[in-house]
Amino acid sequence: MNPTVTEAPVAARAPAKMRAVNLNFYYGSFQALHGISLDFIENKITALIGPSGCGKSTFLRNLNRIAETLRDTRRDGEISLDGENIFDKDVTEIRRRIGMVFQRPNPFPKSIFENIVYGPAVNGMVKRGHAQEIVEKSLRRAALWDEVKDKLHESAYALSGGQQQRLCIARALAVNPEVLLLDEPCSALDPIATAKIEDLLCGLKNQCTIVIVTHNMQQAARVADRTGFFLLGKLIEHDKTDVIFRNPSKKETEDYITGRFG
Amino acid sequence: MLTLTGICAAVTVSTLFLILAYLVYNGAKSLSLSFFTNLPLGQGETGGGIANAIVGSAEIVGLASLIGIPVGFMAGVYLAEFSGKKLGFLIRYTADLLNGVPSIVIGMFAWTIVVIPLHRYSALAGGLALSLMLIPITARNTEQFLLEVPRTMREGALALGASKWRAIATVIVPAARKGIMTGIILGVARISGETAPLLFTALGNQFWSTSLFEPTASLPVVIYNYATSPYEDWHRQAWAAGLVLLGLVLAANIAARAIVSRGPSLPR
Amino acid sequence: MRQFEEELNGLNTALQQMGSLVAQSIHRSVLSLVEKNEDYAHQVLRDEARIDQLEIQIDDLVASLIAREAPVARDMRFVVVAIKINTDLERMGDMAVGIVERSLAVMRQSELPTHGVFVEIGNLVESMVLTSLEAFVQRDADMARCVIKSDDAVDLLRNKIAREMLELMKADPANAERALDYILIARRLERIADHATNIAEDVIFMVQGIDVRHATQVPCD
Repeated sequence: MNPTVTEAPVAARAPAKMRAVNLNFYYGSFQALHGISLDFIENKITALIGPSGCGKSTFLRNLNRIAETLRDTRRDGEISLDGENIFDKDVTEIRRRIGMVFQRPNPFPKSIFENIVYGPAVNGMVKRGHAQEIVEKSLRRAALWDEVKDKLHESAYALSGGQQQRLCIARALAVNPEVLLLDEPCSALDPIATAKIEDLLCGLKNQCTIVIVTHNMQQAARVADRTGFFLLGKLIEHDKTDVIFRNPSKKETEDYITGRFG
Repeated sequence: MLTLTGICAAVTVSTLFLILAYLVYNGAKSLSLSFFTNLPLGQGETGGGIANAIVGSAEIVGLASLIGIPVGFMAGVYLAEFSGKKLGFLIRYTADLLNGVPSIVIGMFAWTIVVIPLHRYSALAGGLALSLMLIPITARNTEQFLLEVPRTMREGALALGASKWRAIATVIVPAARKGIMTGIILGVARISGETAPLLFTALGNQFWSTSLFEPTASLPVVIYNYATSPYEDWHRQAWAAGLVLLGLVLAANIAARAIVSRGPSLPR
Repeated sequence: MRQFEEELNGLNTALQQMGSLVAQSIHRSVLSLVEKNEDYAHQVLRDEARIDQLEIQIDDLVASLIAREAPVARDMRFVVVAIKINTDLERMGDMAVGIVERSLAVMRQSELPTHGVFVEIGNLVESMVLTSLEAFVQRDADMARCVIKSDDAVDLLRNKIAREMLELMKADPANAERALDYILIARRLERIADHATNIAEDVIFMVQGIDVRHATQVPCD
C-alpha cells in the first residue's frame, strides 16, 4: 500500500452554490482577472487571499455585479448561482440574493432601524407591522441586538467601528441572502471586534454560503473551510484550507503564506 | 506683507458692516408698518409703501424657483450619476458658461422669447429670466454635493438590491441634502437681488398685479427707480427697501449656515 | 521576515550540531565495543551533558518560534519535525551512553566469539544514523526512504546476536553475565536504528508533507 496523506475518502461533494467559469475582467485596457474558474461550496466559508493588487477584491465584486458599476470596465466569462448565469438575470434580484459587506463600515446616514429596514423595504419584503421583527432578527443574527436594542432610532454613526460593521452585516442579512460576500471586513477593526465578527461568520455559514477576501492569513486559516490564492489576476491554487496551510501544491502559494514575499 | 494682507482682510470685512450701517442709518427711520403694507403713492407724495414690491418679488422669485430648482436639481443628478466623461464635461462646461452670461443679457433673451410674443411685460418673463440664472447654479451645486457622497455608500445601497434610481433617491440625495439645500437657498437669495433682467421682463407696477401675465413690481426694480428719482421721499424709501432686501438675503445666508452646522453630517 | 528566517536557520543549525554530536557518540560507542577503546567510552560519557543541554535549547527555540511566528506550510512542518528529531537524538545519545557503560563492563573480560556480528551491526546502525541526518540536512526524502528500509536488516542482526548469546549461555552458564551484556548492547543498537528510522520518517513529512509512519512497505528509490 502506498503511503498517502491520511484523508477521508471524498464523499459525494457538496453542491457548488456559486461557480465562476473562465472569468476575465478588464479595467479599460488593463486585464485585472485572467480566466478565473472557482467553485463556492454551499454552506462553507471560502477565503480569497493574495498580495495587494492580485485581483481578489475585483473578483469578489464581480460575484454580485458591483464591479460593473464602474465606468469603462469589461468582462467575459460566466458566473452562475444555483446553475443560472447571474449576468442574464435582473441585477437587483441577484444583489438581493448575494449580499456584500465592505471594507470600511458604510452605514447610511439614517437611524440604526432605518439602515436595517432599507434592504427589505427596497425589495418589497416588509409586510405591515413586521418591520420591527425583521430588524430584531437581523440584529440578533449579527450579534448586535443586545448592544443597540435601546437605541434603534439613534443615528448609526453613534456606534463604534466594530459595531458599525456588525450593523452592516445585519443590514446585509436583513434581505436573507443566500450568499454573503465580505471584502476585508475586519481590516479597519481592532482585534476584539475582529474576533467577534469571525465568531459570527462561523455561526452564519449554516444559513448561507460565505466568501471572504482577507489580507490576514491567520484569519483565513482560522475561519475558512476552503481557501483560494490569487496572484497577479490569476487563481494559482484553491483547496481545503487545511491543505493550503499544511502542504500547498504550488510554490507561489507556499512562498506567500510563509511570508517569503508579498 | 502681513500688514498688507491684514489691511485687505480688514477692508473685506468692514465693507459689509459699512454697507449695513449706511443702509440702517438711512433707511431704518423709514421702516414702519405702513411701509410694508401700503402701495406706492404718486410721484412726490409721501407715505407710500412697498407692499406690492415685496409680494411681486415673492411671486417672481417663487416662479423662478419652481422652474429653476427642479430643472437644476435633476440636471445635477444627471451630471453626478449618469453622464459619461465626455458628455459630462460638455454639460458642465456649458452650465458654467451659462452662469457667466451677464444678467442683463439673460434679461434680453427673456424679453425676446416671452415679452415680445406676449406683447406685454410679465412676472412670467421675469420668473423665467431668473430661473435661467438659477438653473446652472443649482445644477453644479447639486452635482458637487452628490459627488461628495462616498462611493461606498452608493455601492452599499446597490448591494442591497436597490435599483440605481432608488439608491439615488433614498440614500444618496438624502445624504447630500444639507449641501444641496444650502446651495439652493443661497442660489435663490442671489437671484432675488438681480435687477437687470427684471427691467426687461417684469418691468414694475405701481399697483397690485393680478396675474402672472402682468407687469409686476419687485424690490430691486423699486430700489432702482426710487434711487434714481428726484424725490427725497423716494430716496428714503429706496434706502429702506435696500435694507429690507439685504435683510432677506442675509437671513437666507444665516439660515443656510445653520442648516449646515446642525444635523448629521457624512462621515469623514 | 529576516528575523524569522534567521530564527529558522538557527534552529536548523542547532539540530545539525546536535546531530553531529550524537553521531560522533554513537561512532565512539561502537568503536569502544569492537576495539575495546576505553578513551572513546569516557568521551561519550562526557559529551552526554552537552547533548542534553542542546535538547533543552532546541525545545526552547521551537516554543518561541511557534508562539511568535505561527509558522505555516513547510515552516510549520519543519518546526514540528524539529521537536521530534530533537527527542530522537537525545534518546540516541542516551543509548550511546548505555552502550559504553556495558562495553566498559565487557572490555575487561575475554572476548566472546561474536565480534564480527557486532562490527556488522555497528556499521549498519552508524550508516543509518549518518544517512538519516544527511537526509535531514539535505532535505532529501529519497535518502530518508533508504534508511527506513535498512531497519529490517538491523532487526535481523539483533535477533541473530540474541540466538547466538542464548547458545553460549546454554553451552556454559558462566557466560551468562557477558552474554546478557552483549544482548543488551545489541538491543540498544537496535533502538538507535529505530530512532534513525523515526528521523527518516520525519524528514519525509517535512519535505513532502506525507506521514509514512506505520505503513507496511516503503519503496526505496
